[in-house]
Amino acid sequence: MSDENLISRRGLFTKIGVLFNGLVAVAIAVPIVRFLLSSITRGRGNAYLSWVSLGRTSEFPEGETRLATFRNPYVMPTDGKTVDTACWVRRIEGDQFQVFAINCAHLGCPVRWFAQSGLFMCPCHGGAYYRDGSRASGPPERGLFEYPNKVENGLITIQAGELPTPGASAALIGKNPPCAG
Amino acid sequence: MRWLTQIGEWFDHRLQLAAPIRDAAEHRVPRNASSWFYVFGSAALTVFMLQIVTGILLALIYVPSASEAWSSLQALNHDVALGWFIRAMHGWGSNFMVAIVLIHMVQVFLFGAYKFPRELTWIIGVFLLLMTLGMAFSGQVLRFDQDAYWGLGIGASIASRVPIAGPMIVKLMLGGPIIAGATLSRFFALHVFVIPGMLIGFVCLHVLMVLKLGINEWPMPGRLVKRATYEREYHELTKKDGEPFVPDAIWKDMFFAAFILIAVAACAIYFGPFGPSGQPDPTVIQTAPKPDYFFLWLYALLSLLPPSMETPALLIGPVVAIIGLLLLPFLSGEGEKSWKRRPIAVLTVLLIAITLGTFTHLAGFTPWSPHMSAWSGDPVPDRILHGTTALQRQGALVFQVKQCRNCHSLGDLGGQRGPALDNVAVRLTPDQLIRQVIQGGGNMPAYGKNLSPAETTALVSFLETLHPEGQSPAREAALREGGMQP
Repeated sequence: MSDENLISRRGLFTKIGVLFNGLVAVAIAVPIVRFLLSSITRGRGNAYLSWVSLGRTSEFPEGETRLATFRNPYVMPTDGKTVDTACWVRRIEGDQFQVFAINCAHLGCPVRWFAQSGLFMCPCHGGAYYRDGSRASGPPERGLFEYPNKVENGLITIQAGELPTPGASAALIGKNPPCAG
Repeated sequence: MRWLTQIGEWFDHRLQLAAPIRDAAEHRVPRNASSWFYVFGSAALTVFMLQIVTGILLALIYVPSASEAWSSLQALNHDVALGWFIRAMHGWGSNFMVAIVLIHMVQVFLFGAYKFPRELTWIIGVFLLLMTLGMAFSGQVLRFDQDAYWGLGIGASIASRVPIAGPMIVKLMLGGPIIAGATLSRFFALHVFVIPGMLIGFVCLHVLMVLKLGINEWPMPGRLVKRATYEREYHELTKKDGEPFVPDAIWKDMFFAAFILIAVAACAIYFGPFGPSGQPDPTVIQTAPKPDYFFLWLYALLSLLPPSMETPALLIGPVVAIIGLLLLPFLSGEGEKSWKRRPIAVLTVLLIAITLGTFTHLAGFTPWSPHMSAWSGDPVPDRILHGTTALQRQGALVFQVKQCRNCHSLGDLGGQRGPALDNVAVRLTPDQLIRQVIQGGGNMPAYGKNLSPAETTALVSFLETLHPEGQSPAREAALREGGMQP
């Protein structure tokens, strides 16, 4: 055996030391990564979503679209006003409702309802939508985000809890543009 | 004074820093590099130090909590002595820092300073630019007001478009399912710990390399950079026609740094702090959020890109731009340095500057956005209504009430989203007007369901009056012979 292949006692301990530190680093990294990703893992399987009430159906006249607000179901103590969310409630007739997210389907700015022209308009980049939420004009590639809704005991409730974004709205009903022509 | 020298020697015997610091300060630089063009790097460093100091001062009062941040900013503005000034210095310092970093980059590019052997200095500089922009965006979030809230929504909407991972990136960015307390806390951590920590490290490397490799000599047209000979030539230049950085070459840097600090302070005193605007309350929707100055071009771009190109442009564009910047020193690491013999480099800079400038200018008055209050706020000019029939006046009323005005101007008042209608009767026949109103098209919503036949008739008869005096409205060519009136 040549000298180069000899492993000295100190050399061996250095190698074991490196290995030991590597193992410890991996062991510590696991909880760190899990902590960092907790906002993703916590929401798995739509866990952030729940049914929230927007008030009595009688507050929403038939054929009209009104602004409603609700408190986001997932709240942290330091959230302040940010958990209060607005949405547009359209009562078509009877218990038939459409509830639209306030966020434009383009980049999330708050759309405003203009009853006289029957349009939602966005102040940021000029997106416009018809009263049923379908795309009318401007940069959005789709209609407004719509919350699933149901009427129970005279209350209109929606399934909400996540910020609606163009790429990520599993729980929200997509609206295709109306047929051309 | 002997005791002072003794104390100094006592410390240096233990620290052993005096010699390397003296060597660094007195390193020889080419005499021709002592130019007013070479002051932007040190100015950026100066403003960065100002940002650290004012940032720490703000953190003494600021509360990074979604429920408290806005009121703590109000307290800084109004209750704490000179809190407004420190906020204004930090805000203006941020604008100056982005501007100076960009100017520094353009200067380095045009003077060929990124070429051999300074490639890595340039690459680290690219990362410093990205971190500076990261600081500007995260700083805007910490000014937790309406603009910050909806700006985060725009950021989340862009991030969500990443294929497959989009939804996860959004939750990671927001720290939860919505923009709320956790979002502000993580942007605070980014703005105060993560990015500044990296910035300090990268700035040290950047400056160290400038010291080790030497400042770029003044580029002479025709003197080409060659890997084999450049370092020897540079060494000879500093020996033959060089001077020690301290005290001979540093005075321009010092003057300019002081001038920049005065300029920041003057802006802070004259213009005051930025915001905060309205409270970050998502139920208040009467807002038209706008990003800070250095992101206005992006705001304009997002309005003007065709919808189908938007996602690819947003996701691929920045990657291509960054890779291009990083590859630059490898693609042209040798050869001509002087901008006088690099026309494509000069044209590239001009093209980018004009493009960004134009977009920024457009974002100043947002012609693509409807004017939300034009229908109720902007009157129909008198001269248009003069001598009109009852039906035409009824049409003018429909025109206002149905918010046509939010997108169409009359007499330069109203939205610019659609074309101005002062001369619309010359462009479109009555039939074409009816079709356009009812069916929409060409980016106009269809109004068929929101106008009764009577309203449509009145509206079109009003639009028919919108033509210059002495010029007759457009008619169907086939009807002209018969002399029929619309």
